[in-house]
Amino acid sequence: MAKSPTRTLADLKPGENGVVAGFARYDAMTYRIMQLGVLEDTPLQVLRRAPFSDPIEIRVKDYSLSLRRDEADRINIRD
Amino acid sequence: MDRTASTPRAVTVAVCGNPNTGKSTVFNALTGLRQKVANYPGVTVDRRTGVCRIGARELHLVDVPGTYSLAAHSPDEMIAVDVLLGYVEELDPPDVILAILDASNLRRNLFLLGQILEIGKPVVVALSMGDLAARRGLRIDPVRLADELGVPVVPVTVSQGVGVDALKSALIEVQAAPRHKITPALPELWQRVRELIKTGVTRLNAFELERAVIDADYALERIAVHDDAALRATLEQIRNELSQGEPLPALEARRRYQWADRIVAACAEAIPPAPARWVGYLERFSSHPVGGLVLFFAVMAMVFQAVFSWATPLMDSIDAASGWLSGLIATHLPPGALASLLADGVVAGVGAVVIFLPQILILFAFIIVLEDTGYMARAAFLMDRFMRACGLSGTSFIPMLSSFACAVPGIMATRVIPNHRDRVATIVAAPFMTCSARLPVYALLIAAFVPKTTVLGFLNVQGLVLFALYLLGIAGGVFTAWWMKRTLLRGTTPAFLMELPAYRLPNFKSVLIKMLERGRIFLRRAGTVIFTVAVIVWGLAYFPRSDEIDRRYDAVAAAVTANSQDDQVRAEALAAIEHQRAAMQLENSALGAIGQAIEPLFRPLGWDWKISAAVVASFPAREVVIAVLGTIYAVGSEVEETDAGLIERLHSSRRADGTPVFSLPVALGLMVFYAFCLQCVATVATMRRETNSWRWPIFAWTYMTAFGYLGAYLTYNIATRWA
Repeated sequence: MAKSPTRTLADLKPGENGVVAGFARYDAMTYRIMQLGVLEDTPLQVLRRAPFSDPIEIRVKDYSLSLRRDEADRINIRD
Repeated sequence: MDRTASTPRAVTVAVCGNPNTGKSTVFNALTGLRQKVANYPGVTVDRRTGVCRIGARELHLVDVPGTYSLAAHSPDEMIAVDVLLGYVEELDPPDVILAILDASNLRRNLFLLGQILEIGKPVVVALSMGDLAARRGLRIDPVRLADELGVPVVPVTVSQGVGVDALKSALIEVQAAPRHKITPALPELWQRVRELIKTGVTRLNAFELERAVIDADYALERIAVHDDAALRATLEQIRNELSQGEPLPALEARRRYQWADRIVAACAEAIPPAPARWVGYLERFSSHPVGGLVLFFAVMAMVFQAVFSWATPLMDSIDAASGWLSGLIATHLPPGALASLLADGVVAGVGAVVIFLPQILILFAFIIVLEDTGYMARAAFLMDRFMRACGLSGTSFIPMLSSFACAVPGIMATRVIPNHRDRVATIVAAPFMTCSARLPVYALLIAAFVPKTTVLGFLNVQGLVLFALYLLGIAGGVFTAWWMKRTLLRGTTPAFLMELPAYRLPNFKSVLIKMLERGRIFLRRAGTVIFTVAVIVWGLAYFPRSDEIDRRYDAVAAAVTANSQDDQVRAEALAAIEHQRAAMQLENSALGAIGQAIEPLFRPLGWDWKISAAVVASFPAREVVIAVLGTIYAVGSEVEETDAGLIERLHSSRRADGTPVFSLPVALGLMVFYAFCLQCVATVATMRRETNSWRWPIFAWTYMTAFGYLGAYLTYNIATRWA
């Protein structure tokens, strides 16, 4: 755990699943993400990445959501 | 939908829901073409209202901008809250809220509904996308859902006509029915707010106070306008007390999704999934790393082709029709100011407006279909990283691409951009893209002054110059967007959180209604400005009229008629005399005077008064410069850009000292000027309509004119030194 204490959503590869462990910051952008259904303990899956690996498309609740890497980077992930 | 128009029996209904729930399809199914679109004061959000008649009763519908949450963080987002609370002037406060819920994505839709239920107004739920949910193996029991929510639930499938009538009845009946019981997401906050209201310190209702406590800055600022600082302090104190351990917005989201999970568990049942085959194919193909890009470029090429070339025959026929009408007027009315006003002012002015309609309608047919099928979001997803290089997001790509055909539909297409600052930056950058009206100007000047030689064996210099002009336009637009996002429109990077909706078939009627609406908005809002300016420019070019010039040319014409034997020679001579007369009258007109007056201003660019007058006359519409040059150089205003006579006249045009007016540096500078300058009153009028103020069009016009002048100055001087 010394090298990478937390994995974030941006680290997940297409096809990988994860569960939201928490958020790096609680600010307006995090609240927006939460309002869209990405909350602690929510399972999600990375579907694909756009060209240049940014943004990424994830499956959350019952729909597909696109977010940029720096937005995904604030979402901590556990397996 | 104005207050005066409402009858006592009319029910005002606010139609709201998440984006991509089929909200506009339901709205269109209820109202048909009985809709009006206007702007909300101060923001760039469409205010769509419509009427639905049920026997003797009338429903007045207001479309609330699609939103995922009532937690507003910008004026544009606040509109949804304002409409629901009845704070928008000219709109009646809603009697009923119609909430559209997407059955295939119920939990996220319930998040918004939970907030709406707390407003306390009667609510009717329209459950859409039931077919999509069923294909995914999910059935939502509407009766159970209605029981859980305490409000009527009507399943609606507009394409099959299912549920529309039931929805109308429910909207009428719900007012008389007992009101739903509010189960607040944050009962502790609800309690505190109720106590506060009992003390009588505020006129605001529980919902508003609750939002002010949760959302802090924006909602609170608005409250400060209505109420005093003491209330503000009280609300802040409540927030501090309640947000121990977890910030209130996070707590609200968690509680609402817990509630939504409970509701979904109670009313959803699993059924055998039956995925639509074409959706599966399309999803797999469009998300394939190679296939997806191929499809993307194919779709973009088609959109570009459509606005660029499919519209051309229609535009040509409009052009021909207006030419035919002008000719008809000229043959049936005695020559004079009235005939000229009708032919060159009114008909040409109306033509200048209508000419844009084919491009607007074709582009919007594509954009609406792309949006309604769900592909638009995927296009934005693919282009986001690329567009971020100039400070924008993927949603700016289609408006920019469309602007290569014409900036007017391009700017109208910026509605797909959710972020206000991105939208303004795109609107100002869009007119830099080389539109089809710049092409004839480039074609004339390139044909006349750029040598027809090849370099490196195969590269045509004329083609290279045209290509360079396209690149120049792109560079100008990219720089402008980048610079504006860095200075005038600086702010925190907004979240680019975008739903990628499931692919679905668009509703034909809904597409048609939206397409016609775009055309109508353009004709009404931009058309009046364009028409007015066209008539003003006609007046400047026509008045004052010199009788002396007329007498002189009448005498010459009479002499020619009397002396020449050959009919053909006589006709040609008479035409030349008429062209000379027009040239002299223009020189004598207000426009000629303006050209001569401002010539010193343009002298650093190497222009004489004729070029100056032609450039000034083409500020309403850049392509007009060819007709004006045709008149000034006495070859007639009906001249084509490839006309050998005009090119010949431009070449032989001399200054007082005998040097040619048009040199290669002057021509290059002129082309750069046209590449950058905002010479299009239709674009200016559309900017005004889309930003809902004169501020940005005035800025864009000034900025682009300065950009064009500077570009032309540098080009002329550098080219002169080299040549």
